[in-house]
Formats: sequence, C-alpha cells, structure tokens
Amino acid sequence: MATVRLSFSPAPVHVRTARLVGVAVARRAGVREDLLDEVRLAIGEACTRAVALHRQYGLPDPVLVEMSDSGAYQVRVVDRAPIEAGIGLAALNADELANESLTDEALTTGVGFALLAGFVEDLQVRPVDEGVGTEVRMVWPVGR
Amino acid sequence: MELSLATRTVGEHTVLEVGGEVDVYTAPRLRERLLELIDGGARQVVVDLGRVDFLDSTGLGVLVGALKRLRSAGGSFALVCDKEPLLKIFRITALDQVFPLHATVEAAVAADPSGAGA
Repeated sequence: MATVRLSFSPAPVHVRTARLVGVAVARRAGVREDLLDEVRLAIGEACTRAVALHRQYGLPDPVLVEMSDSGAYQVRVVDRAPIEAGIGLAALNADELANESLTDEALTTGVGFALLAGFVEDLQVRPVDEGVGTEVRMVWPVGR
Repeated sequence: MELSLATRTVGEHTVLEVGGEVDVYTAPRLRERLLELIDGGARQVVVDLGRVDFLDSTGLGVLVGALKRLRSAGGSFALVCDKEPLLKIFRITALDQVFPLHATVEAAVAADPSGAGA
C-alpha cells in the first residue's frame, strides 16, 4: 500500500515539489542520510522524464508518484505516454555526448537515464499493468 | 533554493556564477543567460558551480549546449566544481570526459590554453 501518493499536472515547476516530498518521505522511512541526495536526484529524473513525455504527446493527465515504505523505500513514477516512446535505456559515451549532431533532447534523455541507472541499484522501467504508460520503479534500503 | 546567476570578468574570461537548483524548471534561464553571453561576444566562458546544490540532466544538457556552441565559435568553456556529489554526477554520465573541470576559477582560467597571453 502506498504511504504517500502525489499526482501533479505535467509542468516542470512541479518536479521540485515531487523531489521535496520524495526526500521527506524517504527520511521518515529511514533511508540513510547519505543516500538522500541520490533519492532526490533519481526522483527528479524520473519525474522530469514523465513530464517531458506528457508534453511531447500533449497529454494533460497528471504524473503519479507513489512512495511506500513497507520493508524498503519504494517509489513508483507513472506516466501515461505510449510505450514505444517510454522504454529505452541508452547510456551515451563521451564521444557521443560531445557529438555536434546529437540533439539537446536526445542528450538530456540519455544523461537522465545514465543518472537513474547510476544512482539507483534497484531500478525497473516497465509498462504499467493497466492502460497506457510506463512506470519507473526505484527501491532503496532502509536502515533502522 | 531558487536559481541565482551572476557574471564577472577575470582577465579575458567571463565567469558565470551559478547558485541554487538547476533543474527542468530553472535550466531554461541558465540557457538564456549563456546564450546572451555568447551572443554578446564572450568566447572564454567559465561556469562556476560552487553554489549549486542541485543539478539534473536538463541542466547538464544546457552546459553541453554551451560547450558545443563555444567550440564551434572558436572559444573555450570550462566548469568549476569541487563538491563530491556534483562530481559524481559528472562521472556517472561520462561528462567528466567532456568538460574541463577545475576546483577553482583561478585554476580554470590558468588551464585555458586559448587564454594564455591574451
């Protein structure tokens, strides 16, 4: 069961709110202090990705963030964009990053996924169980 | 914390001091300021991230955009950053191999070959 559930209209200004809530719940759940910067960054990246997809497809639907602390701290960030756009974990190497022909969007997406994969040991990106969309599921240990 | 931007000049270099949070909401303002500087003729740009307490992929994208723009204009671009959490972000994304990264503004200015003797 979700401890805290947050849904926000897909606007960049709300991503900060999601980060702040995500870190506050993580702290209460007992996630180690030295992991909180990574929690903040990862939740931000997952929400930024969801907002970008909703805007790309002109979807007014809210982005959903669910945080629960049953056993470990689990965060799900759910978007409603078509799947073909949603999945693709492409980490770019240094040559690709510096390549002149790489678009800003492709660069930001690649860097965003590199950060998610780099900061979250337990990460899943998969289609939602019902309807259209993707969920990014991240889990952090709680040390009590 | 909100984004803060301040510009100063060190010799031939334009130093942009950035503070606060650089994310999907605030990064467009950073991009705008960098474009203003470059369009205004700045060619040796140092971005000081010393007071940044949050930086995401959108902010990194803006910095890469400025680097590419300056390179194609025959200029130089360097970053100042000595905070471990931020440095880790650069390592994880392999962007530490793309940007010249320095611990201080002085080191960034001294290391810039295009600035020597200017």
